[in-house]
Amino acid sequence: MEYEPVIGLEIHVELSTRSKMFCGCRVKFGGVPNTRTCPVCLAHPGALPVMNRQAITNLARIALSLDCEIPERSIFHRKNYFYPDLPKGYQISQYDQPFAVDGSLEIALEDETARIGIERVHMEEDTAKNIHAGDSGRIAGSLYSMIDFNRSGTPLVEIVTRPHIHSPRMARAFLNRLKNTLLYLDVSDCNMEEGSLRCDANVSLRPVGTDELGVKTELKNMNSFKHLEKGLAQEIERQRELLEDGERVVQQTVHYDVASGEISPLRSKEEAHDYRYFPEPDLVPLVASQQFVEEVRRGMPELPEAREQRYVSEFGLPLYDAQVLTASREVADYFEEALGLFDDAKLVSNWVMGELLAFLNTAGQELSACRVSPAGLAELLHRVRDGDISANTGKEVFAEMCESGASAAEIIAARGLTQISDESELEAVIGQVIEDNPDQVEQYRGGKVKVIGFFVGQVMKQTGGRANPKVVNELLRRRLSE
Amino acid sequence: MVDHEDVRYVARLARLRLEPHELDRYAEQLSSILKHINKISELDLEGTEPMSHVLDLTNVLREDEVHDSLDSEEALANGPDVEDGAFRVPPIIGE
Repeated sequence: MEYEPVIGLEIHVELSTRSKMFCGCRVKFGGVPNTRTCPVCLAHPGALPVMNRQAITNLARIALSLDCEIPERSIFHRKNYFYPDLPKGYQISQYDQPFAVDGSLEIALEDETARIGIERVHMEEDTAKNIHAGDSGRIAGSLYSMIDFNRSGTPLVEIVTRPHIHSPRMARAFLNRLKNTLLYLDVSDCNMEEGSLRCDANVSLRPVGTDELGVKTELKNMNSFKHLEKGLAQEIERQRELLEDGERVVQQTVHYDVASGEISPLRSKEEAHDYRYFPEPDLVPLVASQQFVEEVRRGMPELPEAREQRYVSEFGLPLYDAQVLTASREVADYFEEALGLFDDAKLVSNWVMGELLAFLNTAGQELSACRVSPAGLAELLHRVRDGDISANTGKEVFAEMCESGASAAEIIAARGLTQISDESELEAVIGQVIEDNPDQVEQYRGGKVKVIGFFVGQVMKQTGGRANPKVVNELLRRRLSE
Repeated sequence: MVDHEDVRYVARLARLRLEPHELDRYAEQLSSILKHINKISELDLEGTEPMSHVLDLTNVLREDEVHDSLDSEEALANGPDVEDGAFRVPPIIGE
């Protein structure tokens, strides 16, 4: 029988607000353990939470970017369970009246697009961080754990998709699009290694052509795009083998081990979760007035989809360029800043895609760490367009700018790279080259005009590649036809 | 009616250790609480919005401003077991 995977994702996003969700402790990754805590995020008796306005604004931005409906009123619940990283014995979260529902996000696959439904977007708080002592560093078999409450109370947004995803590749494409959207919104740094963006997946199989959902398993913490894709593929394969052998899939939480590539069940708690949700009496309801929603909507930045379209219609770029440039907000911002100083969109695009991104890729560098500013690139492009240096020399200069951080002008001057366009200077070189190669001159005059390439090459060699090829070509033609 | 099994279940969820002789007492008390609360279902609440909070307030928010945190010594002062600036707890899942 043919089986079809059915996947739903649950994504947690830490918001990059200045302070925590319910108290004024600073939000930051890492640092000395337990140095950003207070009675609220340590759950001292009597401490009361107060919501962070900016976190709610960011939440609304996310909801709007995912085309969600925002009900006028949402409330907070206590989700009760015991775990050492949860000091209160409950997590403040949202339950049956979440902030936003019923949205969608469009993703582009190689030859089609798909719209993935969003079931809900809600606000909660992050837990503390456990450090498991023991050989494996994993929870199983650890000797004891250490708790760092710095993360406790960081604003956390949960995004739940509908089971509209049907392959690991689609899951990856979705997460990628979501991450880019969140980066555009400037609500989170989405750093997956640091846990600012975390992804769980529910996955089941069903016979192709049927509608009923099979028994699902939950794949926890797929903390990179690669792990998400590989872990899902592995779990789908495991379920497929079970079903093909006539066995049943057991509903459980499973762990994908990155090193071994194996799926193993996470030891689950003895009983099924019973969170005993009830309305959080310490927080009053949240009303998202129409006015508030409109205000947030007006303050929304342009999202990747719209930007991509604009690059095609306004700048006349090919769709491919538009897609590459807008895939990351940082790159798109860089491109536009450079374009503001050099008004040839296609040329800027070529250099950003070809030289800049290639360099970052090879160097394994982030754009934010790149030593060439948009203004630096624009300056270099002016020098190329003005004929001071050739495009090829420009590429060399660019590479050196990336390495040393020097400006185009400095490098061109220091290395004497200025292109020679001066005819009298070039005449001398050309005269010499013609004199030295009588055979080729004869060939050219005998009709074999392609030999001109040989002469251009010789002139370039004599001038260290600095001769302006256009001028050289002209002069050569003139001289050889004499 | 709340029976012994219910009492054991909620006690487990609340991490309470109950002695066998306490089961009767709690079953009786919890039953009487539920009975009392159940009176609400005798009322005609058609058209009444569920109340999620006793105060008639909404949107109590604070600005996103950073305040001083406790220093780590103070934060850890009530921890029964502390190591390297962190609270130390027994293995989370283990035998």
